[in-house]
Amino acid sequence: MSNHDTKSGFSHEKIETSNFLMIVLILVTVAFGGLVEIVPLFFQKSTTEPIAGLKPYTALELAGRDIYTREGCYNCHSQMIRPFRAETLRYGHYSVAGESVYDHPFQWGSKRTGPDLARVGGKYSDEWQRIHLVNPRDLVPESIMPAYPWLEKDLVGAEAMPAHMKALRTVGVPYTDADIAGAVEATKGKTELDALIAYLQVLGTHLK
Amino acid sequence: MSDFTSNFWPVFITAISLLGIFGCALLLWRTSKIKVATSSDGTNGHVWDEDLREMNNPLPRWWVGMFIFTIIFALFYLAAYPGLGSYAGKLGWSQNGQYDKEVADANKALEPLYAKYTAMTTEELAKNLDAKAIGERLFMNNCAQCHGSDAKGSRGFPNLTDNDWIHGGSPEKIKETIIGGRIGMMPPMAAAVGNAEDVKNVANYVLSLSGSMHDSGRAGAGKDKFTTCAACHGADGKGNQAVGAPNLTDNIWLHGAGEAAIIKRVNEGKINQMPAQQARLTPEQIHVVASYVWGLSNK
Repeated sequence: MSNHDTKSGFSHEKIETSNFLMIVLILVTVAFGGLVEIVPLFFQKSTTEPIAGLKPYTALELAGRDIYTREGCYNCHSQMIRPFRAETLRYGHYSVAGESVYDHPFQWGSKRTGPDLARVGGKYSDEWQRIHLVNPRDLVPESIMPAYPWLEKDLVGAEAMPAHMKALRTVGVPYTDADIAGAVEATKGKTELDALIAYLQVLGTHLK
Repeated sequence: MSDFTSNFWPVFITAISLLGIFGCALLLWRTSKIKVATSSDGTNGHVWDEDLREMNNPLPRWWVGMFIFTIIFALFYLAAYPGLGSYAGKLGWSQNGQYDKEVADANKALEPLYAKYTAMTTEELAKNLDAKAIGERLFMNNCAQCHGSDAKGSRGFPNLTDNDWIHGGSPEKIKETIIGGRIGMMPPMAAAVGNAEDVKNVANYVLSLSGSMHDSGRAGAGKDKFTTCAACHGADGKGNQAVGAPNLTDNIWLHGAGEAAIIKRVNEGKINQMPAQQARLTPEQIHVVASYVWGLSNK
């Protein structure tokens, strides 16, 4: 065989003929990119600390957020306004990382079939949201958004909210004991539509 | 002040980035020094899968040249742009800075245009084709979701093209509506009107005001009860723009036409809201879009 085998125990022949060694070394090589680009993000103030005035979702808003994820709203609506003029003209101030530190998981999304919702809070009246969610074409004849008429009839699962909020507290959302104790009371008897509208109306309203 | 929670992280990023780049350079240099004895047939003697052999040709010159170029490029890039931990880069570039500049440039370019429009009256703007085109875009982005892309509204969301104004249709009033939004509030009036028969009678009287189909006997009986409604809608039923009470005599029905719809309103009342748009538009934009809206019913 070739003579450089004797020169070192770490020849390229050795790597290329061992699947395991090849996989391990590729992983190590690729990992450096992540170590530099991803890991430090977990130790940056702008990505880990809430912006001034950020409040955790109330029980009702949180229940609405669950409806939002359940119905897959994120498939068509992003919640991420990028820092381009064309976006901020339409949607408002660009999103900052500190706005979503209480979001687990975040709903930034990456696809816009419908408009961005990061700052939809307060943009429309509750009544508009109600009619629009039940049948979007009642208000916007050109709309291709599906109708969600069942939200009006189904009630929020109030009993599950305290456990949900406790779980969020363990990952850093500052819910007080009183918040958790009052969660059932705050969501009992509310329709899923009420909850979803409460959630939509608070989106993006904390950044001043 | 560094954005990092500890001073370790900028050092960590800088070290890995630079070591990676210099490591690549070192690897290239080292491998160019290694001389591999080749067999007489020009291969390096490795054999895979029975008969696969490997030539030991030098790296192509163009490839080595590009590799060296990327290393040099990376170093200049890291010197110019923020890539090494907390180091901001010689150019002082930042994502937000680029955004601010983009906005400032655009505002500067638009300044003379909006200054011209601000100096013009609503009547003039409504006739100006360029201003109308800008107004239409502003309308499509900010108003059409409720008032419709044809501005003709839908149930509960007023038609802006019919010259029937709930809160006033003068340019000043339209601006006031856009800036501050509106809350239209009719309390449930059934108790004040009387029993279910009274409500039905008064509904027929309301229908008679606009010459709509109605039961004239009931309308006559409901006329007295209308005094309760007259507090907001006026004794003649023509409404009151100061409190946002719609005109009941023009056969335009925001919340539905016909006896049943009117009875429902009397019984349940209605709270309708237009959100304030002040934070979403500049005063100059509001002037332009208000003129567009004014022009829709003042051709």
